[in-house]
Amino acid sequence: MMLPLKENDRPIVKKLLEAGCCARCVLRFCFLEVQSAYRQPYEDTAKELLAFINDEETNVTKDSAVQDQLTKDPPSKKIKLDTAKTDVQAEGDSALVPTVTEEGGARLVKSDVCVVCLGVLQEFCDEAYATKVCFFPFHYYNLYLFYSFSPLLCYVQFIITTLSYLKISKGDWLHYDQGIQYQSKVWTHLLIQGRPCCFAFLDCSEKSLILWLNSFEGAHAPNFVLLPFLLFFFRKFPCPPTRPASKCVAQDVQCLHVSVFVAGRYNKFSRTLPQTPWVIDGERRMESSVEELIAAPLLSSFRAKGFNFSSSGREDVDVRTLGNGRPFALELLNPHRARFNKAEIRQLQETINQSSDKIRVRDLQIVNAMGHMKEGEEDKTKSYSALIWTQKAIDKDDITFLEETKELKLAQKTPLRVLHRRPLTVRERVIHTMSTRFLDAHHFHLVLRTQAGTYIKEFVHGDFGRTKPNLCDLLKTDTDILELDVESVDVDWPPPVPE
Amino acid sequence: SGIIQCFVHRCISPTSVSDIKGKNCEDQCVLQHSNRICVITLAESHPILQNGNTIKSINYQISAGCSRLQNKVSGKSKRGGQFLTELAPLCRITCTEGVEYTIYSCIRGRLLEVNEGILERPELLLEKPSTEGYIAVILPKLEESKTVTNGLLSREEYENILSKRTSSTQQGPKTEPEPC
Repeated sequence: MMLPLKENDRPIVKKLLEAGCCARCVLRFCFLEVQSAYRQPYEDTAKELLAFINDEETNVTKDSAVQDQLTKDPPSKKIKLDTAKTDVQAEGDSALVPTVTEEGGARLVKSDVCVVCLGVLQEFCDEAYATKVCFFPFHYYNLYLFYSFSPLLCYVQFIITTLSYLKISKGDWLHYDQGIQYQSKVWTHLLIQGRPCCFAFLDCSEKSLILWLNSFEGAHAPNFVLLPFLLFFFRKFPCPPTRPASKCVAQDVQCLHVSVFVAGRYNKFSRTLPQTPWVIDGERRMESSVEELIAAPLLSSFRAKGFNFSSSGREDVDVRTLGNGRPFALELLNPHRARFNKAEIRQLQETINQSSDKIRVRDLQIVNAMGHMKEGEEDKTKSYSALIWTQKAIDKDDITFLEETKELKLAQKTPLRVLHRRPLTVRERVIHTMSTRFLDAHHFHLVLRTQAGTYIKEFVHGDFGRTKPNLCDLLKTDTDILELDVESVDVDWPPPVPE
Repeated sequence: SGIIQCFVHRCISPTSVSDIKGKNCEDQCVLQHSNRICVITLAESHPILQNGNTIKSINYQISAGCSRLQNKVSGKSKRGGQFLTELAPLCRITCTEGVEYTIYSCIRGRLLEVNEGILERPELLLEKPSTEGYIAVILPKLEESKTVTNGLLSREEYENILSKRTSSTQQGPKTEPEPC
C-alpha cells in the first residue's frame, strides 16, 4: 500500500531513520493513524519508507546509513517456549554484535534494534509472537495485543524525537496539529501547530521524568531560564540516542479478558440471609449472603477472579423476596471462559438452585451490560405483604377502610435505622393500594402496592412519628410489623427466559 | 408502651440518666439504636409527666444566639449540626403552674433534629413521651459510639433507683451529677 505520507514528512522520516528508529516508529512519529500501515509486514513498511525518501526530486538520497537500517532483515526469531513457566523469551539478535560508546561516538556495528521502541514494534507485533501468547489457558475467539510503554521510555523517546525535530528545522517548526497519545495518565498532547515550544522539568527522579510542555505565543526560542535544563538533557540523552545493545525481552505475559455480565432474578426465602456479606469491624456477623450464593458456581464455571454484584434495590435481612424475584446482574472479572450456550446456562441456574434452599434464581442469562435496573427507579412500583400487630384489639370491620384508601401520600423523614448513613431529608412517597386479611384480635395481613423507595416498616410503626401518616395514625393504635415479604419488583429487565 | 417494646426489642437498648445536675427526679432517657443514633426522651418519672400537668410552652430557643430549631444538617456526614456536650440544653418546657424545666442532651454528639411535632401538639409529649413525644435525635461520633452511654444507668439500675425513691420517705440518695 502507499503510505499516506506528506511532503513535509520527508526530512522527518530521514532524520528518524538516521537516528535509529524502526519503520513503524517512524510512522508513529509522523502521526500516521491508518491501521493498515502498521498491519502490513515490517519489511514492506520499511521498503516503502525508503522509496518515499528516495522519491525526493532534489535530493536523491542513497544514504547508506538509512538504507542499511531498512533493508536488514529483522533478526530471526528464535522464540523459546518454556512450558514450565509462563515466560516467553526471545533470543538475542542473532545477526548483530553492536558496540556503542556512551558518547554515542564510534558506532562500530549497527544494531537494528529500534532506539525508541526497543524492538517492541518490530517483532512483538508479528503473528508468530501472538500465536505464542495464545498458548495461555484462556478460551477466546479474538485476541488484541496492546502495547504500552513504561513512563520513562515514553518521555525519553518523546524528548529524543522532538529534539530531533528541532535539529531538523531550526526556524521552521512543525506543522502537525495532532498529538501523540502515550499511555500515561498525566500526558497527552505535545506539539502544537506552528508554535514554538518550550520544555520544562517538573520532576526528575531515577524512575521517571515528568515533563510539561508549554507553548508560548510569539516566543521564538527556548526561554533562557530553561537552557540549563536542555543542556542537561542533551548530556544525559544524546540526540540521536545511543543504539540499544539488544532488544527488550518479554519477561511475563498477563492476559485479561473483558468482564462478562450475567443477569437474572432472585428469590430470597430466608429471613436470616443478608443480600451482601454482613461484616462489621472485620468480623462476619451473618453467615453467607445472596450474592455469594449466586456467585460461587458462576465464579468456578467462568473461571473468573472476582465479581461485582448489583441489583434493582435491596431488601433487609429479615425480609423475604417472593414472586418473580428481584433483578440482579453480576459482573464476572477476568473470566477465563466466557462463552456458554443456553443449555449450559440453564445447567448453571440449576446448580445455583440446588446449592441452597435459601435462594432461587430464574431467567439467568449472559447480557451485554448492566442493563437498566436502576433507571427510573422512582417510577417503578413494588408490592409487599406484611404481618401486622396491633396493640388495641381489632375486628374485621376496623381494617376494611384500608382497602378503599388509594394513592395515599406519605412524608417520610429518613428512618432512624438508616440515618447514620443517609442524609436527613423528607421523602414523599405514595402507597397506591392496600388490601387486608384479618387474622385475630391483634393481627392481620396487609398487602401494599407502593412507589419504589417507600419504607414499609416505618409506614407501619411510624418511626417515632417521623413518617406521616402512618398505620398507627390510621388505626388509632400502636402497631408494629412482625414480618415483611417483597411480593414483586415491577422492573422489566432482564427479559424472561422460557423454561 | 407496645411500640417501644418491639422497637427496643429489635435494636434499641435504653439507658437512663437520673437526677440531672442534682435536680430531683428530672430523669431522661437515651434510646440508642444499634447504628449508634440516640433518641433523647423524658423518662416516665420526670416531673412533667406527673400529676396531670399540662404544658404551657416548649421553647427551643435556649439562649439569645442559639435556637435548636435553626439546626440544619446536610449530606451523609451531617455537616452543620450543632455539637452538643452532655449538659447542653435542648429545650425549656414550662408547665401550667409556671414551673420551667430544662431538658438536656445527656450525651456528646451532633444534633440531627429536634421534635417540632411537640411544638404543634404538646400533648404528644404527655401521651407518648417515649415515641412520638421524643425531644431530639443525636448522632454520637463514630469513635465514641460505644462509650457515649457509659455514665448512664441501665434499665435495672434506673428501676432500682425509682423503687428506692418511692419506698423511702426522704429523698432517695442522689446519684452524683452525671458526666451523663
